Amino acid sequence: MLVNQFLLLGAILFCIGVYGVLARRNAVMVLMSIELILNSVNLNLLAFALRNGGDPLGHAFALYIIAIAAAEVGIGLAIVLLIYRNRKSIALDELSAMRG
Amino acid sequence: MVAQNVFFGVIAAVMIVAAVRVVTVKNVIHAALWLVVVLGGAAAQYILLAAEFVASTQVLVYVGAIMVLFLFGAMLTRSKLGRETQLDNPLGARVAGALVALALAGLLGWVLIDAFSDEELPEDAAIVTTQQVSDAIFGTYLLPFWALSFVLTAAIIGAIVLARRD
Repeated sequence: MLVNQFLLLGAILFCIGVYGVLARRNAVMVLMSIELILNSVNLNLLAFALRNGGDPLGHAFALYIIAIAAAEVGIGLAIVLLIYRNRKSIALDELSAMRG
Repeated sequence: MVAQNVFFGVIAAVMIVAAVRVVTVKNVIHAALWLVVVLGGAAAQYILLAAEFVASTQVLVYVGAIMVLFLFGAMLTRSKLGRETQLDNPLGARVAGALVALALAGLLGWVLIDAFSDEELPEDAAIVTTQQVSDAIFGTYLLPFWALSFVLTAAIIGAIVLARRD
């Protein structure tokens, strides 16, 4: 197996996630796209761990990223819920209260 | 080696199709279910990369816990359970997003092919056991683990405070 096949898969998933963050209007969908981005990072970490001859550091940081993703989704969905309660909508382009 | 490459190709194709569906489909619940396909495929890729513990954690945490959170989020914000037309930005923003994503894909692809053109993964790499991973987390890299514990505690308390109804 090539190193590049995993790295390129990670790059493609990252770009799809970036498109999702930019193109979606619904806050829950934007959080899902961020999950895609975090997964592509994990793929890179594990590919490099194997490339460097089986380095446990890559595995450890992949686990850290999974935990960070869980915290991020928890707090993100709590914020989305709060926005929904206050405005009855989670469309991101209507959140212009802080526009200068 | 051939079998691994075949499995990689099949799973990667499924993952890319599912990821595109996640960002284009017009139904929140369907998007969450396509995301399960991407996350499960990622777990399979981790096994190909000889990372069984990370793969099982991926299934437990992502497919188990985070997916339930997303479904809760979709239901609590009363997303319509059928097709919804308000999910995407207007066409101009979507085209701009597609251009940004394509430019980024070109840049990343060029850099990766330039740096690792046809470098093979070592076939005789040492197997990383779960014991080694836990030694790394609870020994060498204990400080990031502590920081992560604080982050998780703060996130849990913050989520409770934010979501409380009073």
